[in-house]
Parts: sequence; C-alpha cells; structure tokens
Amino acid sequence: MRLLTHNMLSSNIKGVSNGFPLRIEVEKVAEKQVDFNADFLRNMFPKIEWKAFVDAAKTIGYAELPEEVDSSALESEEFLNKFHHALLELHLEEGALVCPETGRRFPVSKGIPNMLLHEDEV
Amino acid sequence: MSSRPELQAPPEIFYDDVEARKYTSSSRIIEIQANLSVRALELLALPDDGVPRLLLDIGLSGETLSENGHQWVGLDISQSMLDIALEREVEGDLLLGDMGQGLGLRPGVIDGAISISAVQWLCNADKSSHVPKLRLKAFFGSLYRCLARGGRAVLQVYPENIQQRELILRSAMHVGFSGGVVVDYPHSSKKRKEYLVLTCGPPSVSTSVPTGKGEDGESSSDNESSGDEENQTVCISDRHRPKKKQKITKKGRGRDWVLKKKEQRRRRGDDVPPDTKYTARKRKARF
Repeated sequence: MRLLTHNMLSSNIKGVSNGFPLRIEVEKVAEKQVDFNADFLRNMFPKIEWKAFVDAAKTIGYAELPEEVDSSALESEEFLNKFHHALLELHLEEGALVCPETGRRFPVSKGIPNMLLHEDEV
Repeated sequence: MSSRPELQAPPEIFYDDVEARKYTSSSRIIEIQANLSVRALELLALPDDGVPRLLLDIGLSGETLSENGHQWVGLDISQSMLDIALEREVEGDLLLGDMGQGLGLRPGVIDGAISISAVQWLCNADKSSHVPKLRLKAFFGSLYRCLARGGRAVLQVYPENIQQRELILRSAMHVGFSGGVVVDYPHSSKKRKEYLVLTCGPPSVSTSVPTGKGEDGESSSDNESSGDEENQTVCISDRHRPKKKQKITKKGRGRDWVLKKKEQRRRRGDDVPPDTKYTARKRKARF
C-alpha cells in the first residue's frame, strides 16, 4: 500500500467521528519504481492532507518532505521528485493501520490492508 | 438450477482459489473482463487531457485502468482474488474490504469509480446481520461522499430481476446520485450488459446519460422515457423529477384528457360513446 492510499483511507467503524489519519505500524517497507508524472502530482496535491502525509512518510522512514507547503512549491522540480517518491514509490508491505479513535488494528499483509469490519462495528 | 454465482455462496467464499484462478488462466474470462472495464472507462468520460486520475475499482476488474495510465485503488472482499492480483503485479493499491460496510475513504478525493459485476452481490443477504437495503445504502452513501463533485461512477451490474434493478437504482438515487442505466446490446441475451452511470451532484447537461451500443431499430420496451427516443437508454430515474406526473389544472382535466381516456377504452374494446361537440363540455350553471 502506498502513502497515496493511506492518505485517502479513514476508519469506517460505526460511531467513529474522526477516523483520519490512520496511524501506521511498520514492519516492512518496500520501494517500487513508478513513472514520474508531474500532471498527476499537481492534480493530486490539493487533495492530499499534507500533515498526515508528512507524518506517514516519517513513520515509514522518509523524512525529506517539508513540514509546510503551499501550491507554489509545485513549480520546483526537486519538490515534485520528493513528493512523487513519497506518494507513489514507498509501499507499506507488512504492518498495520490503527484507528486513531478506537485503537482498532487493521493488519496489512503483502501490502494489502484488511479493512473488513466485524459485525458489531458496522 | 440457476447458474448465478450470487445464489451459490457469499462472494468471499465463491471466489476461492479455484474460481479466482480462472481470472488468470481463462482467456475468455480475461477478455470479457477487459472489454467490460474498457467500456466502463469509456462511460466514465474522464476529461481527455492525458492527466492520470485517481480512480476506484470496486471488485477488482483487471488492468485496464493502469493501461490507460491512471492510478487506482482496488477493493475486493475475496482474499483469493487479491492474491491473484498480487501475482499479476498490478500497479494499483489493493484493499481487502466489504463494499456493503461502506468505503472508508475521505470525502471528495476520488475522481471516478468503476465496478464490474459486483454490485448485485449486495442484493443477497449472506449473513443474518445482512440487510440488502442497508448494505446498498452504506455502499452508495460512502461512494457518493468519496467522489469528487461531478465525478462519475460506472457500475456494470447483472441484476437478477426487475426488483433488484429497482432496488439498486433507488438506493443510488436516494443518496443523491443522478444518472441512469445504459444498456448495451439490449436485444441480445448473451451480449446484453447493463451499466449504471451515476454522477455525483445535481443533474445538468454534463450528467446526461450516454447512449448504449448495439441499438438498431426501435426500443423494445414500452417505457415512457424511451418510447419516443431511438437510443437505448432504457430508463432514467431521477430523484429530482417532480413526483406527480399528471398535471391537474384548476379547470379540471379538460377535453383532451377525456378524449385520451375514451381512446384508451376504445382500444381495449370497450363500448364507448362517440366523440361529439358535446364531449367534455361543461353543463350550464342553471342545470
């Protein structure tokens, strides 16, 4: 699972009002090359919750991202490269996602988070 | 005995290793899946500017999205199907989840969603806790929330009967989607495919439902919305449509209405008085 997906996911448990961002527990991180596409990054940028994104990147061991950015940073090639790397190339292979409100763990195995809820959580 | 997979087992059981394997080994299934998702992507009508979008694939459909350069997130309830996807090294991210529990995604982040032959599974109650209506509501509600405004969702479905189609469509309209059903090849029993084309937000020019493929000649149904059109959009349900179709003015129903009714009775073979200048004329006040 990439950080792109992590940034979109929120906890879906019944009664949870703020299930975002899911905390990451890391066991294994993988890196896969993805073609760079600046248009996609510019398109995605407004949709990313930046703080959650930076925190998630730090958790899985990538601390190069600036804490605060505005859209003018998208002009910079260097920033785009970092953004691209963190957003699309880093994968959480093994570990877990933890709901910030209830502490419920969603295990991640082989890069696939198990988001299935128990019957009493629906 | 029905051959519908929905009636045999719940999806996470039915799509076991053997069934999932068919999606890599059977060229026929691969081709069908690919064609369906190509058509779904076409109906999604994303802006043609070459910018990759973030799409959602509900019930894994294949690699069409990556081939078109888009980034995607795939959701499936069957671990075996996900394992197959891993084996094929698909480029999107995968999630193990149940769409009937709602999609746990932030609001407004997804540019479009497609789904191939998945939504009709929601019409079945596989556990005592399952209520199809609520599961459809949870699914469509969360889909509506996570789509960006103006975003489309194209869901290819195989409803078992009219009631199921109605149930699915009504659930979609109920949460705020506008759109309708596009039927490809309506006259063929095998090639016939139904797509729900839903748009997030109120209806406008851009949300008009595209026409289907393979329509030649007149529409077969006696449905009002398709009766005078040559395309094959079979029905358009729109929650913004005024509830009462028949206009009743202050003056009463009028001569036209009476003539129409008499004509209907005549066609039915009833004994109806002839139309004269007195038909539907008001009586004088002193009567």
